[in-house]
Amino acid sequence: MFKEFKILSHHGKQYVKDLRNQPVSDIFRGRPIIADDITSSEINRICDICPAGAISRKNGAIDLGKCVFCKECEFLLPEKVKFLNDYKTAANRREDLIIKPGNDTPLRLDGNHIRKEIRHLFKGALKLRQVSTGGDNSCEMELNATGNVNFDFGRYGVEFVASPRHADGIVITGPVSSNMAEALNICYLAVPEPKLIILVGTDAINGGMFNGTQAINRKFIDEHHIDLYVPGNPAHPLTFINGVMDLIGICPQTP
Amino acid sequence: MTRKKISVFSFEHGIDMHVLKSLTPVTPQLHLFEREIHENFEVQFEGHPWLKPVRYPYYRPDRSSIMDNYPFYDIDSEELHEVGVGPVHAGVIEPGYFRFICNGEKVLHLETQFGYQHRGIERLFTDNKSPLQKCILSENIAGDSSVAYSLAHSQLIESLTGIEAGDALQIERCIALELERMAVHIGDTAALCGDVAYQLGQVVCEALRTEIINTTQNWCGNRFGKGLVRPGGSNYPMDITFVGNLLKVLERVGMRFAEITERIYSMPSVLARFEDIGQVTKQQALSIGTVGMAARSCGIPRDIRISHPFQYFNKFEIQSIILETGDVLARGLLRVREVVESIRIIRELVKIWQVYPKEIPRPLYNYKLIPNRFAISVVEGWRGEICHAAVTDADGNIDNYKVIDPSFHNWMALALAVRNQEISDFPVCNKSFNLSYCGNDL
Repeated sequence: MFKEFKILSHHGKQYVKDLRNQPVSDIFRGRPIIADDITSSEINRICDICPAGAISRKNGAIDLGKCVFCKECEFLLPEKVKFLNDYKTAANRREDLIIKPGNDTPLRLDGNHIRKEIRHLFKGALKLRQVSTGGDNSCEMELNATGNVNFDFGRYGVEFVASPRHADGIVITGPVSSNMAEALNICYLAVPEPKLIILVGTDAINGGMFNGTQAINRKFIDEHHIDLYVPGNPAHPLTFINGVMDLIGICPQTP
Repeated sequence: MTRKKISVFSFEHGIDMHVLKSLTPVTPQLHLFEREIHENFEVQFEGHPWLKPVRYPYYRPDRSSIMDNYPFYDIDSEELHEVGVGPVHAGVIEPGYFRFICNGEKVLHLETQFGYQHRGIERLFTDNKSPLQKCILSENIAGDSSVAYSLAHSQLIESLTGIEAGDALQIERCIALELERMAVHIGDTAALCGDVAYQLGQVVCEALRTEIINTTQNWCGNRFGKGLVRPGGSNYPMDITFVGNLLKVLERVGMRFAEITERIYSMPSVLARFEDIGQVTKQQALSIGTVGMAARSCGIPRDIRISHPFQYFNKFEIQSIILETGDVLARGLLRVREVVESIRIIRELVKIWQVYPKEIPRPLYNYKLIPNRFAISVVEGWRGEICHAAVTDADGNIDNYKVIDPSFHNWMALALAVRNQEISDFPVCNKSFNLSYCGNDL
C-alpha cells in the first residue's frame, strides 16, 4: 500500500490541463506557412521533391490533406516554407486544408458548414467507433492516446466504443484497402442515425502514398459526406482533440 | 559474440514450371513463405500440407481467392463451437480475423486470417518512385517500428550505393532504435496491466511512454520518429541540449519504471493472470521459426544486434536478455528487462557519441544504385528481426523488393500460445506478443 502511495506521488498530475493551449515541441511539424514572394521556379523545386504531390505547381499551395509532413520542402527552401508547431490543423471542409502562399491565419472549422444536429445531439457526449483500413497503425496509437492518462479526452464525454451500435459516428484511419472496403461499409451501416464520419491521417483523407493504386478502394470516402478532416502522419492527439471539440462545440476557443 | 552468416539459396525457375517440391515437411519454418510464393506466383509446392492464402494481394493471379472464402480448418462436431472475431475488433486496433474452435471455454485451435491491411507496399518500391518517396513508404510500413523500418531501408540503400554511414550517425540511429524499443515495451506493459485491470500500473506506464515518445518528438518533430532515419545522413543530428534532456528523461523514466514494474510483478492478482498462461515451448518456437522477443522469452537466443550486428552494434556489445518459461509472464518480464538494458545502451552510446566529431551529412536523395545486385538488410526492431531485400536490374532500378516483418514469423506462436487456454485469456496473450497486422499484410 505504502509503495503505491510512493508511486502515485512520483506519478504526480499527468493530465493536460488545457487541451486547447497545451504547448508542444517547437520542432513539431504542424501548419505550414509559405512565403508570399515564392517564385515559380522555387515552386517547381519544392514540387519536384514533394513525395506526396501535396504542392500545387500553379500557385505553390500546400494541401495538408495530401502532405506527409516530411518537411523536405522546408529543408530545401528554409526562407520560403516553414512548418509551425501549430497542431490545430483539423478542418470540416476539404478545401480549407489547402494553405496558399502568404496565408498565416490559423485553421478553424467553418461553423456554417457543420450539420445542426451534431452540436445539438453530441455536445455533451460523443461515442465513436474507429475503423482501421490499411494504414500503418500509428494513427490508431495516437487515437488511443487521446483517451490515456495525459490527454484524457473522456473528461468531455468523447470516447471510443467497442460496438458500432453504441456509436454516434465512425473514425476512419488508413487509405481504405480493397480488402477492408466491405467491412468498413458494414460497420458504418451498423451505426444508428444521425451519424458522423471523421477521417484521421493523410492516408484516410487522400489515400496518402497509396493514392491511385489498385490496392485501395476509395468508393466509400467519395460517396459519403465527411464531417471532419484531421491531417497528420500520424495526426497528433491534440489535432484530433481540438478538431472534435470545435466540431461538437465544447470550450469554444478564442480566435 | 557469436556472429552468424546469412545463407541464400536460390533456384532458377523455368517460365512454364509451376511445380516444386515443398520444403515445409522437413523445415516447417518455411510453411508461410511457400504459401506466399504460391499466392503471388501460382507455384505449386508438392507435399505442402495446405497452401492457403496469406494476404490477398491485389496482384494475386488467382482472382477466385477472396477474403470471404478463406479455407478455414474446421471440425465437424456437436460438442465443439466456433468463435469468430474481427476484422473490426473491440478496441482501436488494426483489422484481422481470428477463428477459435472451442470446447466450452477452452480453446482447442486458433486460426488467423489476414490481408485486410494490404496496400501493396512492396510493389510501390519498384514502381519508379523517387528515393524520398521510398523513405516515406518505408517508415509507413508499421508505425510502431518506424525507426527500425526506415533504418532497414536506409541500410539497404547504403549497401546498394556503396556509401557508408559515419560513426556518429550510426550511434544516433542506434539510440533512436533503442528509444523506440523502450516506448513500445513500456506502452505494452501499460496495456498488459489494463487487460488485467491493474489501473495504477496502466496509467503510470502510459505516462512514461508519453515521456519517451515526446522525447523522440523533441528530437525530430514526430512522436514515432518518422523522418529521423534517412539514407546517407540525417536531417536531425543530435545536439548537446537534446542529449542533456535525453539523459534526464532516461534517469526519471528508469527510476519510475523500475518502481512500478517491481510493484506490478509482485502483485499476486497480476501474477495469477500472467504465470503459466499462453505458454510457447522452446521446441514449438524453434519449429515454427519464432524470432525476436517472442523467441527470447522461451529460451532461444535470437537477436540480430548480436548475431548479425548492424550500425554501431558492430562495435558495441549488448546484453541479450533470455528468459525460459515462454508464458505471458516471461514476455512481460522480458520487456521490463529490455527497457533497463536499452537505457544502459543509450547512456553508453551517448558517452561514445560525445567524443566523435559530429559532422553528419544531409540525407542522400540523388543516388544511383549499383546494377545487378542483390542486397539484404536486417535490423532488430522491438518485435524482432525486420528484413528488407532488393534486387536491382541492369540499369540500377529496383527490380524486386521484399519486406519481412517479425510478425510474419510470430503470428503462429500466438496461435500455439492460446491452445488449451481459456478463451478469456486471449486478450492478455495477444497483448503480450503485440504483433503487427500492417507489417504482415504489407
